[in-house]
Amino acid sequence: MSAAIFVWIEQHDGQPVTASWEALGLARSLAAGGTVTALVFGDGAQTGAAAQAAFEHGADAVIQAGDASLARYRFEPYVALLTALVKGRAPDVVLAAATVAGRELLAGASADLDAPLLADVTELTLDGGKLRTVRPVLGGKVLRVEAVVGDGPQFAALRPRAFPVPEPQPGRSGEVIAVAPALAPDAVPTQIERVETTGGQVSLTDASIIVAGGRGVGGAEGFAPLRALAEVLGAALGASRAAVDAGWIAYEHQVGQTGKVVSPDLYIAAGISGAIQHQAGMRTAKVIVAINKDPDAPIFKLARFGIVGDLFEVVPALTEAFRERLA
Amino acid sequence: MHVVTIATMTPDTEAAVAVDAGGNVQWGDRLVVNPWDEYAITEAVLLKGAHNGQATVMTVGSEAQAEALKHGLAIGCDQAIRVWDPALAAHDSLAYASAAAAAINKLGNADLVIFGKEMSDSASDQHVFQTARKLRWTMIGFVARIEAIDFAARTIRVRRLTDQGTEVVSGRLPAVISVLKDINEPKYPTFIGIRKAAKAEIPVWSLADLGLSAAAVAPKTAVSGHRELPKREGSAEIIEGANAQEKAARLVARLLEEKIL
Repeated sequence: MSAAIFVWIEQHDGQPVTASWEALGLARSLAAGGTVTALVFGDGAQTGAAAQAAFEHGADAVIQAGDASLARYRFEPYVALLTALVKGRAPDVVLAAATVAGRELLAGASADLDAPLLADVTELTLDGGKLRTVRPVLGGKVLRVEAVVGDGPQFAALRPRAFPVPEPQPGRSGEVIAVAPALAPDAVPTQIERVETTGGQVSLTDASIIVAGGRGVGGAEGFAPLRALAEVLGAALGASRAAVDAGWIAYEHQVGQTGKVVSPDLYIAAGISGAIQHQAGMRTAKVIVAINKDPDAPIFKLARFGIVGDLFEVVPALTEAFRERLA
Repeated sequence: MHVVTIATMTPDTEAAVAVDAGGNVQWGDRLVVNPWDEYAITEAVLLKGAHNGQATVMTVGSEAQAEALKHGLAIGCDQAIRVWDPALAAHDSLAYASAAAAAINKLGNADLVIFGKEMSDSASDQHVFQTARKLRWTMIGFVARIEAIDFAARTIRVRRLTDQGTEVVSGRLPAVISVLKDINEPKYPTFIGIRKAAKAEIPVWSLADLGLSAAAVAPKTAVSGHRELPKREGSAEIIEGANAQEKAARLVARLLEEKIL
């Protein structure tokens, strides 16, 4: 059974996020001969390149809305536009990456349309025209299987890094449909006054490698060797709650129950004992490497590889070893 | 001014969890206030104090959820309301949002609704954004700090944490916000607070009280079961070596061998 699928392509400063291509790749296989339409919202200057990239990653058509009021993601204008498009064009399924913006956007539109939404899913199939999904719950300790039972368009937000990125096909193209914003600029109730991006740092949600430090790091300056390792690997920097609460590193780096949930290919935990609250944020990492002085630390039960030792000796040695081997 | 916070109880993160043959999750009975909601309730109480206003703590849930309300009362909320109806038992997020929005409208004079970032058991946050949309209020999620709020001028300015960094966003009230751990130091109940909360009468509002039909909260999704996570391959392979350099070189070699890098 073929399906018409919408995929929202998220951009930051005109740059589409990789997790949107993961959604497009999944849409391609779910559509089973149906049409995959990428939704590209932004200011006029940004949308063209993103639309072309969407074709190359599997879209058959692009619905493009270029307007100053859409320059950066904001809840109300984006939700109003998605709601209007879904209402007018009645796709079977609407997908987006379960990022900060993607989670908000799909939830908002699903409420407007009284439509089913399954969020943060790591597996997804269409079963007799209804979505069936799997997602980790209870701190990532079990997987919940859910399905759509209601009618109407079905929304699903996909956990970043849970689905493969499709191979781009250069030169692929299709129809571009230009649409106008659904909300007049003065009807938007919020204004972004300032943006402070974490300059040059890799975002935890997108990262394929994360280097994280905990209580064993001992102080703000103790993160220096971890930063050096992260730099060599092109990795994001993570931290346990203990390190954040001690004021050694900013909250945006916290991984765990009251921080971020991440799924990198490689998670290097240095000086992190592995409390259950921390595990809740990194349990779905493909490979975990633990570096800890205490051979009985719970993190070693989760890790694939472990080094028992002082992180201030091991981490710089690792940085050197990676630098040599990856050069 | 009137600020409303919506709280839930969740299973203790420390609890052992198992899936039975029927696909149902079993865990210890112990429920705790959703860790994210501790920040939301505290922020409501702080705002009430700073602006000489009123704070209401609300839950959408069964009797077991009333503990979250008592926690709210014990740290300084003025009133608690439990919204419940057997028709809400399916835990559908849209049904939850419809009921929450109707209850907030029934209060009549709320300016700001504060949610914790997510429910820590199901890791769900969609009900937050759906509630804002049902209310047709301004929505600002993932708030790390309220920089300014003016109930007379009907404006709010916050710092919000996105995947890429921080945004400073201003918006119009009434608004719904979800808050992060960074926003405050949670307050904990005092003995006197707990005694006061224990004596409080907590009204229960049904769907009929909210003017909602059972059809309006019909679930759109259903949980069909649970399964265990795929098991990790036993315990860690401990990399040995004479010194840190040797261990590091061996680990890198193993990671390359296994094509992890």
